Amino acid sequence: MSGFKQVALAAALVVCGSHAAQAQSIVKVDGSSTVFPITEAVAEDIQKARKGSVKVTVGISGTGGGFKKFCRGEIDVSGASRPIMKKEMEACASAGIRYYELPVAFDALTVIVNPKNTFVKQLTVEQLKKMWEPDAQGKVTSWKQIDSSFPDVPLKLFGAGSDSGTFDYFTEAVVGKAKASRGDFTASEDDNVLVQGVSRDQEAIGYLGYAYYAENQGKLRAVPIVNKEGKAVSPGPDSVISGAYNPLSRPIFIYVSEKALERPEVRDFVTYYMKNASNLATEVKYVPLPPKAYETAMENMSKKKVGTVFGGEAEVGVTIESLLSREAKL
Amino acid sequence: MIPADLSGIQRIIRRNKRRDLIFAIFGFIALLIGVLTFLALFLQMAFAGWERLTPEFFTSFPSRRAGQAGILSAWVGSVLVMLVTAVSAVPLGVAAGVYLEEYATRSLVTDLIEINVTNLAGVPSIVYGLLALGVFVYAFGLGQSILSAGLTLGLLILPVVIVATREAIRSIPQHIREGAYALGATRWQVTRDHIVPYSMPGILTGVIIGMSRAIGETAPVITIGALTFIAFLPESPIGPEFPWLNFEWLKSGFTVMPIQMFNWTSRPEEAFQQNAAAAGFVLVLMTLAMNAISIWIRYHLRKDIKW
Repeated sequence: MSGFKQVALAAALVVCGSHAAQAQSIVKVDGSSTVFPITEAVAEDIQKARKGSVKVTVGISGTGGGFKKFCRGEIDVSGASRPIMKKEMEACASAGIRYYELPVAFDALTVIVNPKNTFVKQLTVEQLKKMWEPDAQGKVTSWKQIDSSFPDVPLKLFGAGSDSGTFDYFTEAVVGKAKASRGDFTASEDDNVLVQGVSRDQEAIGYLGYAYYAENQGKLRAVPIVNKEGKAVSPGPDSVISGAYNPLSRPIFIYVSEKALERPEVRDFVTYYMKNASNLATEVKYVPLPPKAYETAMENMSKKKVGTVFGGEAEVGVTIESLLSREAKL
Repeated sequence: MIPADLSGIQRIIRRNKRRDLIFAIFGFIALLIGVLTFLALFLQMAFAGWERLTPEFFTSFPSRRAGQAGILSAWVGSVLVMLVTAVSAVPLGVAAGVYLEEYATRSLVTDLIEINVTNLAGVPSIVYGLLALGVFVYAFGLGQSILSAGLTLGLLILPVVIVATREAIRSIPQHIREGAYALGATRWQVTRDHIVPYSMPGILTGVIIGMSRAIGETAPVITIGALTFIAFLPESPIGPEFPWLNFEWLKSGFTVMPIQMFNWTSRPEEAFQQNAAAAGFVLVLMTLAMNAISIWIRYHLRKDIKW
């Protein structure tokens, strides 16, 4: 091992000897895989628009992994599929990292069944809870147990893997506690696996990000979900923007370091992001925020309203208007 | 037990020949399972990705539009990381192997080291990733760079190189050493002029096996912070001024082929699956090319060895 350290140290000396100014012109983004497709589109376009004078790198460490790097000051922007949590706020505070919280699009969780499944017309959150809560493990195994009008056929569940923000949000919204779920279902971090599974099995039901449903509408059927107002609503751009598709839709964010924003290339990137997020989100099959939301977010940033409007707590079914009218706090 | 009559002997011969045939068939099927599985996978990727294998695929950066996306940053990243891996692991591995075989006196300590080196070859790669994150990325401050990744994968294949070196050295007949020592050669002279040159073909095999494993690794590279989207290349290793070498590229961010491939397989759009297949095809070709080069070098080195 010691031989290795020497070589690594020698190499480190060689590398550190050269100037470090180069790295500063790169905008470093990391974080959630859910936010990635939009960020990638922005990064691609701004590099073309600025003819290579702005360089952007995007990693996928997950929302939590992204915040870890963000609060250590290693990256300039972090994508997040949920608001920053208490512990992460403390980590950022102790490192002196102040940040802006900018919503960029909606992520609508879609409950899917096989197109040949004709008996499920709609589902309530209560029914979803009956299927997915931890107590259902091994007990709730038939469709009939969910609703007496359903046939007595096996209930086959497909869901997100436990490392994904999708899993966190679904369990939060349906079961009432993040990460609380039964374990006996087919889980995958890769939503395409869920698409394949449900499209091949008439008795299957699953949940995934809206983009995956939008790309596979021929193979899947989205189940309308009964919202807080008691109406069954299908996911789609209109119902998500109006807030009618609740509680399974949520805004996703980018967090921008206040200090990094002083650098012109970071400011350029973030401005470009907010100006084009609507178009680009649509292009990658996400649901954009209403135009006014982007303007308000930019205003909040120019008024230097740093911090989060969530106070470190996860919330279910909040509208974008109410979020933007709140006061951000560190 | 031995039958006296001729028909009894013939029966034994028939039975033994039958067993021979049964094993031959079994062995052939066993071989086919391996070969056909690989072939099926390879052809499937080739067919699925064929349309995407245009020159632009190799010269384009990743993109949200599947039709325009390419593997430029990924293959350049893979090649550069492999370069660092080879440069770090080969000298260290060969030196360690030679020392263990030719210099070290057998003792409890060397026995312990031997066992540990062999065990290290079986440690899951993510463990190396975590170690490297703590040591290379943070303690040494090398950052999420090509250098960190190359050194991490170098660590990963070091045991393989050491073991291969030792095996190769052991296959050198003892009388070669004795002859050299008899003429008054020092240990270093024997090592430099005989041991290392003769064991080179075997060492190369080990290096290539290690590198083939390293080029497909995803977990440790992600752990130390490989990127997913990067649309510019590291600085060129060849500089315009003396000494014409530039080491800036070592600290550049990077992505590698398996990460690019994984990212594409998890996309909602069907067209990205094509890209993933094409990238997989290229990755297999890169591995095959490395193997081909090693076979070629080995052939030429062996030609010169006459005992």
